Amino acid sequence: MKGRVVVEYWEKWTDFERAAMAARVDEFNNSQDRIFVRFLSVSRVDQKMMLATAGGVPPDVAGLWDLNLPSFSENNALLPLDRLAREAGLQEEDYNPVFWKLCRYRSHLWALPSTPSVVALHWNKRMFREAGLDPERPPRTLAELESFNEKLTRKHPDGSLAQIGHMPQEPGWWLPDFPSWFGGASWDGGGRLLLEAASGRAFFNWLESYPARFGGPELFRLRGAFGNFASPDNPFFNGKVAMILQGVWMDNFIRKYAPAGFTYGVAPFPETDEHPQAPLTIAQTDILVIPAGARHPREAMEFIAFLQKQKNMETLCMEQRKLSPLARVSEEFLRNHPHPYLREFQELAQSPRAQPTLCLPTMKEYTNDMLVYANQVLLGRMSGEQAREEMAARQQKALQAKLERWQRVAQVRTAAWERELAR
Amino acid sequence: MTFGERRKTVQGLLFVAPWVLGFLVLNLYPFCASVWFSLCDYSVLSQPVYLGTRNFHDLLQDPVFWKALRNTLLFATVSIPLSTALSIGLAVLLNQPVGAQGFFRTLFFLPCLVPAISLAILWQWMLNGQMGLVNVALRPWFDAINGLLGSSLQPPDWLNDPSWALWGLVLTGLWGTGQAMIIYLAGLQEIPAELYEAASLDGTTAWQRFFHVTLPMLSPVIFFNVLMGLIGALQTFAVPYILTGGGDGPGRSLLFLATYIYQNAFDFWNMGYASALALVLFCMITILTFAAVRFGEKKVHYEGR
Repeated sequence: MKGRVVVEYWEKWTDFERAAMAARVDEFNNSQDRIFVRFLSVSRVDQKMMLATAGGVPPDVAGLWDLNLPSFSENNALLPLDRLAREAGLQEEDYNPVFWKLCRYRSHLWALPSTPSVVALHWNKRMFREAGLDPERPPRTLAELESFNEKLTRKHPDGSLAQIGHMPQEPGWWLPDFPSWFGGASWDGGGRLLLEAASGRAFFNWLESYPARFGGPELFRLRGAFGNFASPDNPFFNGKVAMILQGVWMDNFIRKYAPAGFTYGVAPFPETDEHPQAPLTIAQTDILVIPAGARHPREAMEFIAFLQKQKNMETLCMEQRKLSPLARVSEEFLRNHPHPYLREFQELAQSPRAQPTLCLPTMKEYTNDMLVYANQVLLGRMSGEQAREEMAARQQKALQAKLERWQRVAQVRTAAWERELAR
Repeated sequence: MTFGERRKTVQGLLFVAPWVLGFLVLNLYPFCASVWFSLCDYSVLSQPVYLGTRNFHDLLQDPVFWKALRNTLLFATVSIPLSTALSIGLAVLLNQPVGAQGFFRTLFFLPCLVPAISLAILWQWMLNGQMGLVNVALRPWFDAINGLLGSSLQPPDWLNDPSWALWGLVLTGLWGTGQAMIIYLAGLQEIPAELYEAASLDGTTAWQRFFHVTLPMLSPVIFFNVLMGLIGALQTFAVPYILTGGGDGPGRSLLFLATYIYQNAFDFWNMGYASALALVLFCMITILTFAAVRFGEKKVHYEGR
């Protein structure tokens, strides 16, 4: 470490995910004698990076989430990477287009992917068998999913729900993306949210159909019995929910927490009959950024570029049991990967119908509101239409405020970014 | 001023200097900055931009603010009388000359030593609608009632039902009454025994002695605890934040002003709006504290006066 440039790297991962990246950091540190990357696992890394950047002491590299990009870039917390990435020989063609898109915002490249994910329907084969369904055949349309749902749902003698086939709020992490399955986007990419569009209405009506069929209080009572996600009481593992939308990482948790003999399948989330060309999957990626004010941006990019090499990226993704964000995937990666459905996920990610997750400048407010209103609909306390209208009004106002903030600084910011890129 | 007086003044100032410095840097400056930010659009990472009173105008039209305010006031209104009654009751019982007094006093104080985060996680399980210990204890009672009335009542789904979530939190808060109880216990031991003897000679019952001797003599301690409880209740944050996993609870039933301030400041990057909310909370606490002090002047019995 003596005599080397020390690059501070903050990352959110813990456990085996942290270990996988720590091993890559060690490899990088051993591969040369000019740069030493100091790797630190940090909880709530986005908040801590925001405060550290405001305080003028950011790390040199940080591992954030894709949804952080709009707010961090608009608030001048990140260094645009277009030039540094180009100089490091990294280009768009090297990446799966959907993950490259997730690293860009307002015509600039702000990040490079670390480990990505796409989501798919996961189903419990034992529950399918017990319900008289073919355990090897997942539902292909939303109507079929709901018909399976009826068959998979069981009640106690007192009428309360013992298990359910599917519930959009379990786990509910992609509720903001769901209108896509109903044929439309939730945002026009500028100043307008599109929840009033037919897709937004159809999505909220779909949510409303759940309390209408199963009873709001019964659904909430069933949810009350759901344990923590990362535990054996996860409702998918303990047989309370038969079909869920989940990401590629779910296999890690299944290995760790599901009971012995647990068998599951993976398939694209069913499309609606009316919108057969809607996205098959939602793509997300963990990202590596260089904060504005980082002391060693060039060295930081050297480290990031090391990780982007196919061999290193594939080792990282394999050890974290995720798919690769790169355009080229080696046969060895597909063959040796421990995830039993890696090929399915990799195909979903490479499909032209893979859609980047919604990344609004108000993403946290939006997600927060979406969960609140979706739960109100689930409980039967609000109609889908009322929830949609209230949420659209609140979030349109929040988006407007963020856009006004952006417009006040847009000229200065874009000029500074151009200067940075021209240096 | 003589040399000796000047030296004492300098020494005094030096002794209070750390506190004054801490107050100026860690309290007064952030307070003044927060007042300024409340008039600005401020994301922490960019320069604040003056907006005038727009944040306050937005706040008045924000239904989530009103919901958080309602939850905060309702929680304070319910939890303070309940915890006061419970802690006085416990203190009176633990003041009785019975065996293993020290053991019981320690036992009831122990929960206060549990950190708020652990407490919240513990109660997350205790209040679980299906498997929680609270409902396991309540279920036989509900079964008995259902058997008698032919009804199908169920114990509440504490943390998932918007109608019950706040009550679940009140229950959680009662866990920490040990601290107030210890202060009441100290207050009870300060009450002169001759007052009870005189009251007994006058033929009073135990209840009469409690209402006419204990409570008036304990009133300064009650006043102190209620005031501290009021300030604490209005600033409630950690336990509901953990109980809801950093969210708002069902139907925003566990969203409090302090949580909404935190969300706006650090999750939504609306530090200006968060500062406006914080200023409202500050004014509310100041007004209520002032009202309580004025009320206390009339109703609290100070022995020396």
